[in-house]
Amino acid sequence: MAVLVFADHDNTTLKDGTHKTVTAALALSSDVDVLVAGKGAGDVAKAAAGIAGVRKVLHAESDALGQGLAEAISGLIVPLMAGYDALLTPATSLGKSFSPRVAANLDVAQITEVVEVVDGSTFVRPIYAGNALETVQSSDAKKVITVRATNFKAAAEGGSATIETIDAGPGAGKTAFVDQQIVKSARPDLTAAKIVVSGGRAMGSAEEFQRVIDPLADKLGAAVGASRAAVDAGYAPNDYQVGQTGKVVAPDLYVAIGISGAIQHLAGMKDSKVIVAINKDGDAPIFQVADLGLVADYKTAVPELMDALTAAGK
Amino acid sequence: MKVLVPVKRVIDYNVKVRVKADQTGVDLANVKMAMNPFCEIAVEEAVRQKEKGTATEVVAVSIGPVQAQETLRTALAMGADRAILIQTDQDLEPLAVAKVLAAIVAEEAPDVVIMGKQAIDGDNNATGQMLSALLGWPQAAFASELVLAAGSAKVTREIDGGLQTVEVALPAVITADLRLNEPRYASLPNIMKAKKKPLDVKELSALGVDTVPRLKVLKVAEPPKRTGGVKVGSAAEIVSNLKSNGVI
Repeated sequence: MAVLVFADHDNTTLKDGTHKTVTAALALSSDVDVLVAGKGAGDVAKAAAGIAGVRKVLHAESDALGQGLAEAISGLIVPLMAGYDALLTPATSLGKSFSPRVAANLDVAQITEVVEVVDGSTFVRPIYAGNALETVQSSDAKKVITVRATNFKAAAEGGSATIETIDAGPGAGKTAFVDQQIVKSARPDLTAAKIVVSGGRAMGSAEEFQRVIDPLADKLGAAVGASRAAVDAGYAPNDYQVGQTGKVVAPDLYVAIGISGAIQHLAGMKDSKVIVAINKDGDAPIFQVADLGLVADYKTAVPELMDALTAAGK
Repeated sequence: MKVLVPVKRVIDYNVKVRVKADQTGVDLANVKMAMNPFCEIAVEEAVRQKEKGTATEVVAVSIGPVQAQETLRTALAMGADRAILIQTDQDLEPLAVAKVLAAIVAEEAPDVVIMGKQAIDGDNNATGQMLSALLGWPQAAFASELVLAAGSAKVTREIDGGLQTVEVALPAVITADLRLNEPRYASLPNIMKAKKKPLDVKELSALGVDTVPRLKVLKVAEPPKRTGGVKVGSAAEIVSNLKSNGVI
């Protein structure tokens, strides 16, 4: 059995989700190849070749691949699957956009957001926003799987796989790239950060959100997240959203400031190792999942937290 | 321009889901059902396109049990012109749904299919992309803005870390993300009017589509419960606790 892993990257840097997806792939087979599809992504291919356990890196280059157009990526992968028994893709927005196309073209099911590999055909995945876990057994000859990367450990560095340049495939067909706006941030990526500081609707305004949450995040070297309520109210941009309808995170430390803990938010962060919650409502559901809870107004508690961190040498 | 909008009947998003004691699935008995929220956004978008004059006809389609007629009536009350129910009691996987929708597209010949990016029961986020692949049409998944023109659509999409704009040639499949719009509540007069709009019912078996499941559900379990920890009295206690446990 041979497995192809789709590399998550931004054409410059290989993302951690790739290492985690390789771990899931190695649970299926020892023959794991990584596909780097991009534009000017030579460094990414080199980084992928350095992941321990990877047999070979396939590297394809074109504008449409670099732009992440689903038709171009699925068009590249479908013929490659003649040589593989499974395709594993990190469940990013990009992965979610092209992986089902590959499955449909191969006439197989997609197994979405796998959190556990039981055996070569049996997988566990969340349904109903993580309120239930479904164990499914696939009868398809080839498996097309997206992986919830936060549930797997990152594969180590230290590999020395060969890099093979391959043809870029048929292109994006009737879809044309117009432009894109990527939010630039000096902070770590939300889904890969070791610490996340999130703010909720209690902030009351975008200015207050930035005044309170940003300095605390910077002090901890953390990524900034937000509840859907805060995003809907316009206090934080949409890509900050942690939850069922936003990003799923599982950092070592999750700090929830002024977040009540709606089910949809909990679905996105309950796998964090340590959860700290500050909320003035002692009955807020966030305290049912928090390891450390402080019932207090964030307006006084966050400055105290900043001072205590300074005193602790942070 | 004709718009086809597939809609799904799911557990109402406000209902707390309970796993059955025998772990065969989720308890759906006597539970409030409603239109999948992302499907509502898709219906709203199609109706707005009609109100703008870019779309001329909005056809809603659902695949499901006889009760899915209620979901279709909701779509009609929001402004869809007519509805089709492909009736079955079988629970279809996304690939099978995409194949059934492809058969309906062949009959209806829409210029664009607008559908939700994901159903909140199975959370697969796959059917729209699969439909697009089966039809050989372009796709624009996770749309937050849609501008329809003759022969093409300009779509702003939610991507990792920001937004991307693409132009797709029509016909195409577009899947709706949360920010595309805020769906309206149907007014009482429109709910009354919807009862008189045409709703065709066809048996799934009549379509001759392969809907055999590819996945066997072995078990549906509750996720491990996270137990709350301690409440502390001050911010300093948080820091000392995190520090002594090596978290920071």
